[in-house]
Amino acid sequence: MESRYWIAFQTIVTKEVTRFMRIWVQTLLPPAISMSLYFVIFGSLIGPRIGIMHGFPYIQYIAPGLIMMSVITNAYANVVSSFFGSKFQKSIEEMLVAPIPNWVIVSGFIAGGVVRGLFVGLVVTAVALFFTDLHLYSFWVTAVVVLLTSILFSLGGLINGIFAKKFDDISIIPTFVLTPLTYLGGVFYSIELLPPFWQKVSLANPVLYMVNAFRYGILGVSDISVINALIVLALCSVALTAACIMLMNRGVGIRT
Amino acid sequence: MNALEITGLHKVYKNGVQALKGIDLRVKQGDFFALLGPNGAGKSTTIGIVSSLVNKTAGQVRVFGHDIDTDLETAKSCIGLVPQELNFSQFEPGLQIVVNHAGFYGVPRPLALRRAEKYLKQLGLWEKRNQPSRTLSGGMKRRLMVARALLHEPKLLILDEPTAGVDIELRRSLWDFLREINANGTTIILTTHYLEEAESLCRHIAIIDHGLIIENTGMKSLLAKLHVETFILDIDRPLAAAPPLPAFHVQRLDELTLSADITKDQNLNDLFAALSAQGIHVKSMRNKANRLEELFLGLLAKNGG
Repeated sequence: MESRYWIAFQTIVTKEVTRFMRIWVQTLLPPAISMSLYFVIFGSLIGPRIGIMHGFPYIQYIAPGLIMMSVITNAYANVVSSFFGSKFQKSIEEMLVAPIPNWVIVSGFIAGGVVRGLFVGLVVTAVALFFTDLHLYSFWVTAVVVLLTSILFSLGGLINGIFAKKFDDISIIPTFVLTPLTYLGGVFYSIELLPPFWQKVSLANPVLYMVNAFRYGILGVSDISVINALIVLALCSVALTAACIMLMNRGVGIRT
Repeated sequence: MNALEITGLHKVYKNGVQALKGIDLRVKQGDFFALLGPNGAGKSTTIGIVSSLVNKTAGQVRVFGHDIDTDLETAKSCIGLVPQELNFSQFEPGLQIVVNHAGFYGVPRPLALRRAEKYLKQLGLWEKRNQPSRTLSGGMKRRLMVARALLHEPKLLILDEPTAGVDIELRRSLWDFLREINANGTTIILTTHYLEEAESLCRHIAIIDHGLIIENTGMKSLLAKLHVETFILDIDRPLAAAPPLPAFHVQRLDELTLSADITKDQNLNDLFAALSAQGIHVKSMRNKANRLEELFLGLLAKNGG
């Protein structure tokens, strides 16, 4: 990367990280609280009645999915709210008039989303350790999956932010698409519990691949092939990166 | 060399509005140039295209010889933009806003911090540098945008109504600042609704109306076209009607105020003498409107505006 592009990239990332750290009560605290509640209710209260799943206590089985759920929602939320906020305040113009290519702007916002996703992931992991034991089965699978997932959902958030025209538009996708996909993506159950038809339907849900691959990285069990999950994640990330850069180049939602 | 060269610039918005209908404009390096026009004339669209915030429909734009179609990044790096509307994060402090701006232009942080100190001090914002920008006054926010635009030390500074809503004292201090940076070699293009501002600062002027340039000339030669000036006269005794002065067009505004139109071939001494002959003495006098304002309105009227 050319040095001036590198400086611009660092500036965008620093700006993004400073933003979500400044409002930590809105960005870092809520996932810690909501995940604590999930662990108390689903893990400690209901979990013992469910028993063992794939050879693990229920609370331990759902822990990787809950961590991944936080990574997904926070990576997405960071980019969509920051990008739309920049559009709303017109501060996006600061970047649009500067001599930086769109791929640097996209990379900067995505890196900001990844940092928040990973940071919240660490916070939630720390919360999880109060309730259960977690050991890394494969560091590399865990690291690659969490990184690709946060990239993918940051890209999703950016596309949402590009098209959003009002504040309602940045909550519609998380509420009506992201939340159902996450809850139905095997966070709380193994798809083996589903009837064969719904097992096949579940395979169309990209979140299923991320949750299971991440669970494999931590516990060593998965409903699906980890290689397939990594391929799906990589292909989706490449496709959304191309879409983001194309939308930025066309000036969709940002240039008249 | 031209700092800005615009040829055949057209803009049609998606809703069908034809904002620019083929503009040609040249701004020489080092110039202080005014782009004037009524609301909706096409000034901000032109500036938006030059600074790449608006996509053009047709035409060519070159900034210091760099075509925005083929060499956009170099063209952008030459420009510093002070937009009409506030466009920075209201939650960030001023220092962070200007240093980030420099970062977007690839200026290393230590250099950006030195320049930030220099320009924030010059514009009287240094003491407020760590305050969230939303807590600054309107005038300070405008000056912050000027400081920000200078952080990468552009060769061409474009100011879109930089003194709108700024009190007269601050406006004049900003004028002095702009004169200084222009004297140091920065080309400046200014749009404003304060015609006194354009007359005081700018050497060349273009007037845009309905998406067309209707005048593009030197400020002095434009002002030389002024044929009639209207003066308001405060007189020493009440009058029931305007005094009959055959050589002048004089109107009674109220019992102690007259207005008089003075053409280029008339002079004020003759007017005063004619009034004195009727026992009317002028206590004080002022222009009805700024000279440029009269020309501006005349040109717009001629263009059907």
